[in-house]
Amino acid sequence: MNTTNSPPDALGNALELVNQAFDQVQKIPGSSIVIRYIRSSYQNDPVRSAMELFLFLFAVYYLVSPSYSTKKQKQIPLTEEEIDELVDDWTPEPLAAPVTTFEEAENEKRPVIVGPSAPKSKLANGRTVTNLATYNHFNFINSEAIKEAAVKTLRAYGVGPCGPPGFYGTQDVHQTLEADIAAHLGAPAAIVYAQSFSTISSVIPAFSKRGDIIVADKAVNFATRKGIQISRSTVRWFEHNDMEDLERVLAKLVKENARKPLTRRFIITEGLFENVGDVVNLPKLVELKQKYKFRIILDETWSYGVLGRTGGGVTEQQNVDASQVDMIIGSLAGSLCGGGGFCAGSEEIVEHQRLSGNAYTFSAALPAMLATTASATSRMLQEQPELLVALRENVRAMRAQLDPRSDWVVCTSFVDNPVLMLVLKEEVVESRQLSAAEQDVIMQDIVEECLANGVLITRLKSMPPPLGGTPRDEGWQPQAAVKVCVTTGLSKKETEKAGVTIRHAITKIMTRRK
Amino acid sequence: MPIRTINPFVANSPSPSVDVLNEKASLQSYKSPATKSNNRIANFFSSPKPASLHPNPQQATRRPPSPQVNRATLSLPTINLTTATGEKSKIEERPMTLFQPPSPEEARRIAKAHAAFGPIGSQEHRYSSRHDGQAFPEPIEDTPPYYFLLTTYISYLVLIIFGHVRDFFGKRFKQEQYKHLSARDGYAPLNSDFDNFYIRRLQLRINDCFRRPITGVPGRFITLLDRKSDDFNLSFKMTGTTTETLNMSSYNYLGFAQSEGECADAVEVATRKYGVSFASPRGDAGTSELHVEVENLVAKFVGKESAMIFSMGFGTNATTFPALVGKGCLIISDELNHSSIRFGARLSGAVIEMFKHNNMNDLERVLRERISQGQPRTHRPWKKILVAVEGLYSMEGTMCNLPEIIALKRKYKFNLFVDEAHSIGALGAQGRGICDYFGVDPAEVDILMGTFTKSFGANGGYVAGDKALIDKLRVTNAGTLFGEAPSPPVLVQISSALRLIIGEIAPGQGQERLERLAFNSRYLRLGLKRLGFIIYGHDDSPIIPLLLYNPAKIPAFSHEMLKRKIAVVVVGYPATPLISSRARFCVSAAHTKDDLDRLLAACDQAGDILQLKFSSGIAGGREPIPDGLMNVEEMEHRDDLAKGKTPTYQPPRWKLEDIIKRGVQDVKVPLF
Repeated sequence: MNTTNSPPDALGNALELVNQAFDQVQKIPGSSIVIRYIRSSYQNDPVRSAMELFLFLFAVYYLVSPSYSTKKQKQIPLTEEEIDELVDDWTPEPLAAPVTTFEEAENEKRPVIVGPSAPKSKLANGRTVTNLATYNHFNFINSEAIKEAAVKTLRAYGVGPCGPPGFYGTQDVHQTLEADIAAHLGAPAAIVYAQSFSTISSVIPAFSKRGDIIVADKAVNFATRKGIQISRSTVRWFEHNDMEDLERVLAKLVKENARKPLTRRFIITEGLFENVGDVVNLPKLVELKQKYKFRIILDETWSYGVLGRTGGGVTEQQNVDASQVDMIIGSLAGSLCGGGGFCAGSEEIVEHQRLSGNAYTFSAALPAMLATTASATSRMLQEQPELLVALRENVRAMRAQLDPRSDWVVCTSFVDNPVLMLVLKEEVVESRQLSAAEQDVIMQDIVEECLANGVLITRLKSMPPPLGGTPRDEGWQPQAAVKVCVTTGLSKKETEKAGVTIRHAITKIMTRRK
Repeated sequence: MPIRTINPFVANSPSPSVDVLNEKASLQSYKSPATKSNNRIANFFSSPKPASLHPNPQQATRRPPSPQVNRATLSLPTINLTTATGEKSKIEERPMTLFQPPSPEEARRIAKAHAAFGPIGSQEHRYSSRHDGQAFPEPIEDTPPYYFLLTTYISYLVLIIFGHVRDFFGKRFKQEQYKHLSARDGYAPLNSDFDNFYIRRLQLRINDCFRRPITGVPGRFITLLDRKSDDFNLSFKMTGTTTETLNMSSYNYLGFAQSEGECADAVEVATRKYGVSFASPRGDAGTSELHVEVENLVAKFVGKESAMIFSMGFGTNATTFPALVGKGCLIISDELNHSSIRFGARLSGAVIEMFKHNNMNDLERVLRERISQGQPRTHRPWKKILVAVEGLYSMEGTMCNLPEIIALKRKYKFNLFVDEAHSIGALGAQGRGICDYFGVDPAEVDILMGTFTKSFGANGGYVAGDKALIDKLRVTNAGTLFGEAPSPPVLVQISSALRLIIGEIAPGQGQERLERLAFNSRYLRLGLKRLGFIIYGHDDSPIIPLLLYNPAKIPAFSHEMLKRKIAVVVVGYPATPLISSRARFCVSAAHTKDDLDRLLAACDQAGDILQLKFSSGIAGGREPIPDGLMNVEEMEHRDDLAKGKTPTYQPPRWKLEDIIKRGVQDVKVPLF
């Protein structure tokens, strides 16, 4: 390169450069005035020159420096000895608070299943019980064909993909699954996450940022709440499933923000509500979305695979084009008995998540076996709609045993929802003045009484409140409920029998507590 | 479990009869704590459940570790260049030997098995990683000549200016392509123009290096699905062909990504028995005997009273932090901690403070300042302080300085959370992670978290701690209450991998995997340093980042490697600082020394083509002193550095032949 140049040459070059630069400056119109001014002022009054230079530098500093103080405020200056003393003084709370008696009971009484999770499951204490606590609605878990396909996948792919999707973790089975889901829903594209629970918590912050607006149903599930929390967007809540209240909130927001720059706006709600069990009014929601220019993020975790003629979810059941809903989030780990979750939407929405969906980018991909299983079960639902018909018949049979016949509980679930949520009737709660904690205890008692009679059901878990928060921070909590999950693995007769057992258990607990 | 003393120079081949006894003994010692703790659990532990998972326990115990089967027939300890650079399978050479050539089906089966897990070339290729208890040295970071830093900045400047020029004209003449960045019929754009600029103008150019789809097992080799793009990486078309490449990219540290062998056999049995799902959260009816078994195994393995497992590693951190700390608490986090820790920390509502990566002085400064000042504004004392670090950092290849952190913990009384996502299984003489590596009692760390994705070839994560803590977490952690339970095949993969590592199944094989990983990591690191590359990280780390600097070298290096049929991960901004873009090799126990020699040869060539050999020698790789006492010189240089002197080095630029000749003996002494 320049190694041949000797030092004098370099010096000469430099001088030449300076001369050239000076010539260039002189060519700028008006530069001679500036040069003359600087020369004369320096000769006449060096102090003034220094002063002017100082003022000039201060102006530059003032313009460049941030308008707020970067120093930490209200730091109390302390000597090293004082700090040592404070360090010695400080005693932290124990990392975990002691478990309450209710929590302890929950830990001890958590059922442990031995062998496969089947309609008739064996428990660790040796008893065989009717299992109405899992989302195994179509009993896909025990399908020999699916097991065989899973083993075939195992022998070709191993178990784990050993890497995130971006770094050689995307296998062809994932691409196939994404295409299958998109086709099932009628959406342009889909993206598969490795865990259903983390999906929506990751989808929301990928799109909604600080300054954006979210309008959400009061009853949305825990994962959605966490997604909303981490997005740091402005949140407004509307009354559960109340479309009039939603319209009121939307109209108010649009009015408030009319003069502000346009930001992203989202309506977040669920298909079937995890905490209540009822269904969203999607046509009305789409109408409002179009009127007020919001985007919809719909959590179909509990409705995909369950509602609609082929299990395509709320969009299929209420005849809404899937492209009208901007983002559909669903689970492949529930009734589909595979693993992971998905988000379906336009190409743009899906591709954006491949870089910005935290739980997608920074987590290992879904095991191939779970992906092929989900592909297979979603195909089975489409090819055999009679599965859904059979499920609904069982749901009706179970419901008939519980809702109209019980004096104590009422079912808040949508008629086609295979997860029956049973809550205490309002008059019961009022007449006995039951607190939320007391209702939880009653529900736990009912669950245990059912188990004693050979029926495994479960109760709706309340959402854990933020640690260190005051009771005011807790916000909306669902009413205590027991969950009865219907499955086609049981005949109609068996389902009815289990229903009778549950009803009697409820009556027993409620009459005993008088 | 008896701790085996490891001498890498002695072939480790215990006799089968002893093994059976060993296994029985270890099984008994293994079960006893669990049976005592919970009599319900005892019900199925006393029944021969573990045996039923592994259909042929006798066969399994008698099956010797893989190398002994193949060693005699397959490889000779001496390696020459032709075997190093060529990727011809050894099977083709078989007719040269006196053995009967295998039938075509048998040859195919062996080839498939070896594509996932290579047979060890020589018993010399083993090493046991353990820190010797002296002060843990900081890795010395080399810097390239200023020329490279300058051109890196200029490159980014050119890319950014060019991108803006293209945007300027594009937005005027090709409005169709920019539609998604502007408001449309009253909807704000989903992506802001500014955020999207990097993806649109910088990353798109090299998009073909990311998210390459694969098929099959991501083991020693990985099969890429070929694709091409006609529109400058906007979209890809699958060509329908595949390429088998050497896999330097998957987190397959112990080589458990296999579709055959003990783990896969156990998983098959379990799948036929359990199906592939429990279709319920743990809190409802998703807890099975398998979960309890894996939790007990994990707790025992990491040396904690109790453990709980989750179906996703990311979700483990995202839900555990909110269950541990909240308002009025402080999280002090290493600045390079994984995204999931940040996600969980943000959800918890605690105050978050960062300290410089692995800088213990900075951690102490933060602790003193924060404890003495108390909570912001109110100045009340903190309720809890949780320090979160990772055992092994996935982008740097550095380990946390655990002994030093423990010393600080004693003084400042904070709680310690160690994320062992990468270190569990990959570090320590027994593969038990960072505590094992440093010889630290796991009781000193409050919470040990880790994942099963990496070393165990499964999926999901765990949290281990005292029983009281885990009991509380079980009822307050949202991942347990609402997240799906881990699925049966994944659980059995974890349990069988764990049993292999502790030597309960196929004794010796787990130890071999650990020792091969340790050897491979050191061998590759030393080789790359000697070739003259700048390498980050600690000596025993199986993550080896090779620094590229210039943005144009990111795709170029990836392409050069792909031409030589090697799959590597390349990363640049924003995953790394702007100037230090890098290629990252993840070493596996499944790799043979030949594979690594093949990689070294490829790097040698790529390094010459792309001008990547610019190390100064400050971080090691120099010529050895004749008597082999390299660490003496290393200590001198460290002292010089500490005194502020700048010692002069001969930049290491070894010939490939010399590296291969000296490699095996030199990795077993402290590297320099």
